[in-house]
Amino acid sequence: MSSPPNTIETLATQEYKWGFVTDIEADSIPRGLNEDVIRLISAKKQEPEWLLEWRLKAYRHWLTMREPSWANVQYPPIDYQDIIYYAAPKSKNDAPKSLDEVDPELLRTYEKLGIPLKEQELLAGVAVDAVFDSVSVATTFKEKLKAMGVIFCSFSEAVREHPELVRKYLGSVVPSSDNFFAALNSAVFSDGSFCYVPKGVRCPMELSTYFRINAKDTGQFERTLIVADEGAYVSYLEGCTAPMRDTNQLHAAVVELVALDNAQIKYSTVQNWYPGDKEGRGGIYNFVTKRGACRGVNSKISWTQVETGSAITWKYPSCLLMGDNSVGEFYSVAVTNNYQQADTGTKMIHIGKNTTSTIVSKGISAGHGQNTYRGAVKILKSASGARNYSQCDSMLMGDQCGAHTFPYLEVKNTSAQVEHEASTSKIGEDQIFYCRQRGISTEDAVSMIVHGFCKEVFRELPMEFAVEAQKLLGISLEGSVG
Amino acid sequence: MPLLEINNLHASVGQALSPANPGREILKGIDLSVDSGEIHAIMGPNGSGKSTLAQVLAGRELYQVTSGTVLYDGKDLLEMAPEDRAREGIFLAFQYPVEIPGVSNMYFLKAALNTVRKNRGLEELDAMDFLNLVREKMKLMKMDQTLLNRPVNTGFSGGEKKRNEIFQMAVLEPRLAILDETDSGLDIDALKLVASGVNAMRSPERAMVVVTHYQRLLNEIVPDYVHVLADGRIVKSGGKELALQLEEGGYASLGVYDEAEAVGKV
Repeated sequence: MSSPPNTIETLATQEYKWGFVTDIEADSIPRGLNEDVIRLISAKKQEPEWLLEWRLKAYRHWLTMREPSWANVQYPPIDYQDIIYYAAPKSKNDAPKSLDEVDPELLRTYEKLGIPLKEQELLAGVAVDAVFDSVSVATTFKEKLKAMGVIFCSFSEAVREHPELVRKYLGSVVPSSDNFFAALNSAVFSDGSFCYVPKGVRCPMELSTYFRINAKDTGQFERTLIVADEGAYVSYLEGCTAPMRDTNQLHAAVVELVALDNAQIKYSTVQNWYPGDKEGRGGIYNFVTKRGACRGVNSKISWTQVETGSAITWKYPSCLLMGDNSVGEFYSVAVTNNYQQADTGTKMIHIGKNTTSTIVSKGISAGHGQNTYRGAVKILKSASGARNYSQCDSMLMGDQCGAHTFPYLEVKNTSAQVEHEASTSKIGEDQIFYCRQRGISTEDAVSMIVHGFCKEVFRELPMEFAVEAQKLLGISLEGSVG
Repeated sequence: MPLLEINNLHASVGQALSPANPGREILKGIDLSVDSGEIHAIMGPNGSGKSTLAQVLAGRELYQVTSGTVLYDGKDLLEMAPEDRAREGIFLAFQYPVEIPGVSNMYFLKAALNTVRKNRGLEELDAMDFLNLVREKMKLMKMDQTLLNRPVNTGFSGGEKKRNEIFQMAVLEPRLAILDETDSGLDIDALKLVASGVNAMRSPERAMVVVTHYQRLLNEIVPDYVHVLADGRIVKSGGKELALQLEEGGYASLGVYDEAEAVGKV
């Protein structure tokens, strides 16, 4: 999931005074997982006793759990004892020495996205000693947020500086025993983001990991916690459109959102992890648990995701609609090309009265890609007047790919209204030819048609994200038709 | 030099299994020469190859050209990709205009116009200039402006789709326009409207090839030449009076049978 912000800022912050990466020795933890490893992780991060206990409890529960097998994805068994559970800074000796050593395909993509050379080196993991002037930018933002009382920092920093908030909300939406991957994450999470927006504050800018200080080692088991107090508003951007290489194949992140009375959280993701090569080798397994709790009345949580990367995506950003009149939204575009597999969707659990949820899911399958929408809408007995609207559209490109839809509905209150619409279409040779006959190249035609298909989701994205996402889709699907 | 010169063109559809089995041959040796400023009508019964000829000229990859040559403005047309043909000024008004959900007519047309302009060495039009141009052309086709914001051909009536094709042609100003059964599915009022749009675009710099089954379109768009296509060959060419002769005697008066009608008779 969430791409760690391998951007200029991150590199620059390595030597920043708030850096938390300072006293870590590379590769100091052996492979495998046991209680000692968890103690070591916790000790390295100088965590309080309660957090260590919390991790250990999660670990003990994880030992009793089995990896889920119900998702419509296939991959070889994962050896959990062959993973290094502490993301140490990468040794520069292993990194490519220059862009000449990087997969030319990757470079071509950077080129098309218009990424400057220096950033290309960073994204591709080239060992460079870069000096950038963006620290000041990040600092300015941080000062501005601080003045408004918004806390936005790394998870580790939050544990140190705001333990009462972390302790209050950590695991309150996604319990450490929630599922296999969430339990694993709870036991070993490395770092992540923390955000708290106080009462009545409207966060003045889009928060992005891009601007976050101290965010180097968040990769594999990332943990994000966002709390919007009464009447607060925050928009959070996660990820990066540029494809990112990472040596860790398994990613199991957890994101928890809490919205209190009249609060609103908008969470947007563009996920573009390395999907593997054209034959499906390599590529990230992305097993993510994302959930938001609309605890307060009139609260709202909105998930928007554009998923183009990863070999396997297993992800269901969900909303618990507890407060009366609360609103949950899920807008998703998932693209699978070559041998990518995605099993993604959402859960909307209606608990409070007059709660409403909207689900708009767009799945695009090309090559040998397999795309599954899996969504659950539950209307509990207490949820009088609840409403849900779901729309699941699939687009197929070529004849080797697949699209699957599994909507689950459970309605226990007779006053509820639930609507579900689904469609499947195919980018036709005739559509492409029509565009080409008007002078539009195949590549532009595909991008145009796909964008038309995804429009309802893209318009939920913040402006510049939307522009990049559109470009990205075109690139991800290049050569899929014609 | 003619704008378009077709020599002994053969084309097939379907998988070519071997040189001996090149799929089903539809065009069996077409010769046609079109000069700038001329309008040529291609008439013929169903299944004679009219639409195939239109599609082959536009570069549809469904069809394989097995032999023959096509020169456009002196260049080898068959070597060019469909989008390059379009950028060089070839426009096909589709018999069945294709729907593109979610893509607005305006966006689509602007993208198309700008690729064509770029190819002509002109600057891309900005939103304002484009809108002005489009408004002017819409008047010509008496089109409702709301059509611009609707997705390409999606939810359009048959008549609206055909008018939209001619409207696009008016915006793109091609050098060679190929109208494939533009009259099919139109009532007489819509037909007149479409024809007046086409007539407004007659120009010494522009050639048109009008493919139709019926004479009635040619009452409105009067051609300089009429060619009768039957079983993949041009069997008769003449002036506009040839179309009238067909109107009176039917294709049978030329010894040509309509495939569909023939099937009906058996």
